[in-house]
Amino acid sequence: MLTVVIIFLFFAILLYFLLGGADFGAGIIELFTSDTNKHRTRATMYQAIGPIWEANHMWLIIAVVILFVGFPDIYSGMCTYLHIPLLAMLMGVIARGTAFAFRNYDAIKGERTQALYNSIFVYSSFLTPLFLGITAGSALSRQIDFDAKDFLTAYVYSWFNWFSITVGLFTVALCGFLAAIYLIGEATDEYDVKRFVKKAKVLNAVAFFCGGLVFLAAETNNIRLAHWIFGNPVSLTAVIAASISLVLLWISIAKGGKQLPRVFAAFQVSMILLSVGYTHYPNFIMGKNGKNLSVLTNHATAGTINTLGTALLIGSLFILPALFYLFYSFREKQGVEDFH
Amino acid sequence: MNDFLAARSQMALSLGFHIIYSCIGMVMPVFMAISHYKYLKTQNPVYKNVTQAWSKGVAIFFATGAVSGTMLSFELGLLWPKFMIHAGPIFGMPFSLEGVAFFIEAIALGFFLYGWNRLNKWFHWATGVMVGVSGILSGILVVSANSWMNSPSGFDFVNGQYLNISPIKAMFNGAWFSEALHMTIAAFSATGFAVAGIHALMIYRKQNVEFHSKAFRIAITFGAIAAILQPLSGDLSAKHAAKRQPAKLAAMESYFHTQQYAPLVIGGIPDTVAKKVNYGLELPGMLSFLVNDNFKQEVKGLDQIPTKDQPNVPVTHYAFQIMVGFGMLMMAAGIIYLIAVWKKRGWMSKGWFLKLFIYSTPLGFIALEAGWTVTEVGRQPWIIQDVMRTADAVTPMPGIQYSFYLFSFIYFTLSLAVIFLLQRQIKMVPEIYDIKK
Ligand code: HDD
Ligand code: HEM
Ligand code: HEM
Repeated sequence: MLTVVIIFLFFAILLYFLLGGADFGAGIIELFTSDTNKHRTRATMYQAIGPIWEANHMWLIIAVVILFVGFPDIYSGMCTYLHIPLLAMLMGVIARGTAFAFRNYDAIKGERTQALYNSIFVYSSFLTPLFLGITAGSALSRQIDFDAKDFLTAYVYSWFNWFSITVGLFTVALCGFLAAIYLIGEATDEYDVKRFVKKAKVLNAVAFFCGGLVFLAAETNNIRLAHWIFGNPVSLTAVIAASISLVLLWISIAKGGKQLPRVFAAFQVSMILLSVGYTHYPNFIMGKNGKNLSVLTNHATAGTINTLGTALLIGSLFILPALFYLFYSFREKQGVEDFH
Repeated sequence: MNDFLAARSQMALSLGFHIIYSCIGMVMPVFMAISHYKYLKTQNPVYKNVTQAWSKGVAIFFATGAVSGTMLSFELGLLWPKFMIHAGPIFGMPFSLEGVAFFIEAIALGFFLYGWNRLNKWFHWATGVMVGVSGILSGILVVSANSWMNSPSGFDFVNGQYLNISPIKAMFNGAWFSEALHMTIAAFSATGFAVAGIHALMIYRKQNVEFHSKAFRIAITFGAIAAILQPLSGDLSAKHAAKRQPAKLAAMESYFHTQQYAPLVIGGIPDTVAKKVNYGLELPGMLSFLVNDNFKQEVKGLDQIPTKDQPNVPVTHYAFQIMVGFGMLMMAAGIIYLIAVWKKRGWMSKGWFLKLFIYSTPLGFIALEAGWTVTEVGRQPWIIQDVMRTADAVTPMPGIQYSFYLFSFIYFTLSLAVIFLLQRQIKMVPEIYDIKK
């Protein structure tokens, strides 16, 4: 059962990244869109994520619940030492979720109120994945000091370091990239397709650049990143697969593909996550002086893991078909406006 | 403000905020489903308008409920890591099932909100019902987690170790049924009265009377029935509290001295130094009767509980008086509504009748917050009754007061924003939905 629970945990995180991350990305793209085109981007984006908006963010809840039920040491450890970035991320979640709902459901679409909702939405779309990435980067980079005695070492330097921050930026860029690729498929006319392809190119370059920064930062913070990623066959293969799929992605965009690029983009991001996950497995938090928290040793007792695994299996029997049907039903674009 | 107090205040603030949205999220879909059903049956467009107007309100509340809930699932760890490290694996079962219920709710909501004119109409209707059903289920599940804190079970506590953990037993702990029942009824009565009150106000102002009358009837029917059942289920809750948490019961009643023919004190100002209640109304024997079903049997008072294990008496007492007092008022209003429906149709359009419900708008939610104050403050100093103290659970990180200020600011702003949006929603009803013949 432990394996089942770990697999669910991995997929919850992955799906949150692929679906929720693309939602963040849509906001990030809006942030970097010229004023004349903002409303077009917004309309396309709204059609794409309106109906599935709530469901996309459920994966985060599922991941958190799995952590605190199944791996309480890990959950408590993260909550204690990464309190500040988690808090910042939560602020982003709140601001973003409410601004998104407010701007769509405000009965009077006033210019100034809409502008306010928009700016809250786009800035929080940037901040949330930034801090999500910072949290993830910190958990895996031996920056957390479980023996820290003073405030700064325990609660600030645990995440406020070059490595974590560059991982945060890399996350933002990936989210934006994912969203741009998804939006290409949603766009209804040539003009928009061109715009989103351009955005995807820029974001791809930005992601490369941030990825490079991550390696540089790893050097300054004495993190053997290259060794982690290239040092074992599975991670290496995953990275190679990710690179190949990036090439295929651009080929298929050049050929005017819409669905295929999405598949390649999702595959590419999944491979990056797999590569990171695999090198560190089974560790979930790697602290200073080799003090790690691992999903294989720091889990709840068998009774709890068994019931949790059963609940997840039974739950997914209900959730997955319904979710597929939701995506399927709103796959075509017309009609979403009826309600507004 | 010290860190411990800040953590407690932040938790209370977040929960007090979340509960309002989650109750609305649980109950409004049920109202919507009724109105939607009437529309499908009668084809009267007013019912369609009511359904759609409500569903926009619900979307706003749902988003706020979802983000504040996401906050809470992190706050448990951010504020109480030493509690979660032990409690998570034990009371996690309802939370994992709740996650499933949320997911289904979010999916069903996507179908419902965007499904007008696109889905088969009965399938569309059913997705609305699913939103309500899974909302209520998640409410019941999370309350079962809370009732575990009041009545811990499903593990053996030996020398500070938590052994033989059984999440299923923990979920069906002794208090879950009475708490979940009382909470679900409270959600219906509070939301029912709040929604009915707003529509009553619009009827009173003679705006879109047909629209608002239909909405009013649906909401108040649920509100009235729930308000009448509430005291019955409250009595059950009190009996459970007396059995498992005598300190809480004694604090609710400000009942200082153990005695036979224990009196029920209504109102009054507890004096914790002199150990008596001033200006209260005493009904001799009633407390014994409520707790034990006979007027004589002794009830355990605060004098038998060590001071370090006692909750804050005045806060618990006042909160309890507010809940029960408002509960009685709402029950009376509910009875008046039922009389109007059965015997006195003419009352419905009378000014005093409408005013009664306009003034009752906030009562349910105030009672709800008061009730949670009773439950949570009454459990202190324990975070897990008789097992772990709240003070031992708090995060070691200093500076929590800043996070508390930040949260207070955010929740305050969000509340204003939601009120602002609802007001605009109501203002637009004539323009969007008025059907001019
Ligand atoms: C609309 C709201 C509302 C109303 C009118 C009432 N209650 Fe209540 N009460 C709640 C809403 C609530 C609540 C907020 O939902 C609580 C908090 C925890 C719970 O399960 O329900 C609660 C808790 C609660 C408890 C504490 C249970 C415990 O901690 O173990 C008792 C003893 C009562 N109630 C009793 C009553 C009585 C005798 C009422 C008579 C009218 C009453 N309540 C009306
Ligand atoms: C939504 C309704 C609820 C409200 C309004 C509420 C209210 C409160 C209040 C007022 C406190 C502070 C008590 C004090 O420190 O004196 C508190 C504490 C707390 N509550 Fe609740 N509560 C609710 C439901 C829950 C649920 C469902 C859970 C968990 C499953 C929970 C878990 C806690 C925890 C962990 C604390 C902090 C420790 C403590 O003070 O005991 N509460 N809550
Ligand atoms: C008695 C207290 C509580 C009740 C009755 C309650 C009930 C609900 C309900 C019905 C929803 C659905 C959202 C909506 O329709 O607006 C919701 C949302 C949520 N609640 Fe609570 N809740 C309570 C306390 C808590 C606590 C203590 C937690 C965290 C540990 C929590 C976590 C969540 C989460 C994560 C969501 C978002 C899920 C979604 O988007 O549907 N809730 N809650």
